[in-house]
Amino acid sequence: MVLLGPSGCGKTTLLKLVNRLYEPTSGTIAINGVDTRSLPAPALRRRIGYVIQQTGLFPHMRVGENVAVVPRLVGWDKRRIAARVDELLNLVGLPAEEYRKRYPAQLSGGQQQRVGLARALAAEPSTLLMDEPFGALDAITRSRLQDELRRIHGLLGQTVIFVTHDVEEAVRLADRIVVMRDGRVVQDDTPLRILSHPADDFVRDLVGASDVLRRLSLIPVRDAFQSGTPDLTESCPPVAASVDLRAALNLLLDCGAPRLVVVDADARPIGTLDLEAIQRASNVDAGDHETVGAADAAPSRR
Amino acid sequence: MKRGFDLSYLTEEWRKVLDLTLDHLQLTLLAIGLALLIAAPLGMAAARFRWLTFPVLGLLSALYTVPSLAFLVFLIPSLGIGREPTLVALVAYAQIFVVRNIVAGLRGVDPPTLEAAAGIGMTPWQVFRRVRLPLALPVILAGVRTALTTTIGLATLAATIDAGGLGTLLFDGIARAYNAMILAGAIAIAALAIAIDLVMRLLERLTPLARAERARAG
Repeated sequence: MVLLGPSGCGKTTLLKLVNRLYEPTSGTIAINGVDTRSLPAPALRRRIGYVIQQTGLFPHMRVGENVAVVPRLVGWDKRRIAARVDELLNLVGLPAEEYRKRYPAQLSGGQQQRVGLARALAAEPSTLLMDEPFGALDAITRSRLQDELRRIHGLLGQTVIFVTHDVEEAVRLADRIVVMRDGRVVQDDTPLRILSHPADDFVRDLVGASDVLRRLSLIPVRDAFQSGTPDLTESCPPVAASVDLRAALNLLLDCGAPRLVVVDADARPIGTLDLEAIQRASNVDAGDHETVGAADAAPSRR
Repeated sequence: MKRGFDLSYLTEEWRKVLDLTLDHLQLTLLAIGLALLIAAPLGMAAARFRWLTFPVLGLLSALYTVPSLAFLVFLIPSLGIGREPTLVALVAYAQIFVVRNIVAGLRGVDPPTLEAAAGIGMTPWQVFRRVRLPLALPVILAGVRTALTTTIGLATLAATIDAGGLGTLLFDGIARAYNAMILAGAIAIAALAIAIDLVMRLLERLTPLARAERARAG
């Protein structure tokens, strides 16, 4: 789940309410039905991974020690901690043999953020809070880490609450986007619904809903093509049904043919896709794609 | 009487010089030990509570500006002469260096680092013990080093109220116009100060943060 909104809208505050860095003045917050105030705050926080933009790594500790902090706090034995540290460093793409003994200051910003993620995951938390974790990174590193996060989330399947003000990032990562403004939730929906059916002008402006290309990137070819036995004389390379329409459009314009051959996962031709079909899909009421959006962003929870 | 660079006292009476040096060192370490016992809680409180910082540091620097000889004489009516008034004066003068650096060190830790420490589940004590203190340590040790070298100099005044130390050589030497004795005292004091400074710098290099910084540079 991604909390999206401009600076000062309260998304970080909401995040910190979850791990009780801020205490609610009224109301209750429950994780898996358990009130967060039924535990002492430190005990609660050890079950919730926490990643922040400034990495918050401890500069006087080696990378391995940083990752080991929470398992030590909860009293794992040494061997288990050592094994877990190596496992996690490898998982986040920092070979343990090479990086365990380094200090944070010896790593690049992207590498530090990987360590931050490994540290947050160390004690097998059920929930992960991420506060603009990639905000300070360059665009290439950011998109690489976004991919990694998707991959790791796919493997481990924790509930992730991710704060960002970057719409692209939200759309890329979210199963569900909660748009906030002035401390209020203004829309809580799938990325596709947010883009195609913004609740009000504020959300429309925020997400730049007129951006057709962005919307196309959320619709797979599978939902737009005409099935049938295609004429295989088309000169363009075939496109897989799982590819999004934005990529398909690119391909179509790039090779200049009137239509693309669509193939299934086994590379068998199953139909064609032309410009008109793409256009139709982009204009169709997003409600028709509800199921698609949901299936595509398959909730891995919870 | 010989003038100039006369090392005869140092070479002939080296045992006495050594004894006085150890005495001087003992006085200094005792003073700094006591100073730390007071400065630690004072510094932590002044770092923790903003409203305390200015009055505490202001008072301590005002104290430091009191001329040392006047301070010692001032203490004679209540504490007499000897070690006790000397220790009181040395402890008082050392406070500003130690407290100031404790405040600067503890305050200087990057807030996101501390928030991350709390956010991943450290108790307030664990945040202090495992993150804040180790990160402040180099600055605190630098303050202790300054306090030590300053105290070594100030402790020579102990001799004026019969509290021993290397000051004895200076003041006796002056009284007897015995240059070799004065020179021996001066050399011993300088050597002691330099030695202590080196030891403290070594300690600073051994802190985890200093190791981390060296790792980055190397």
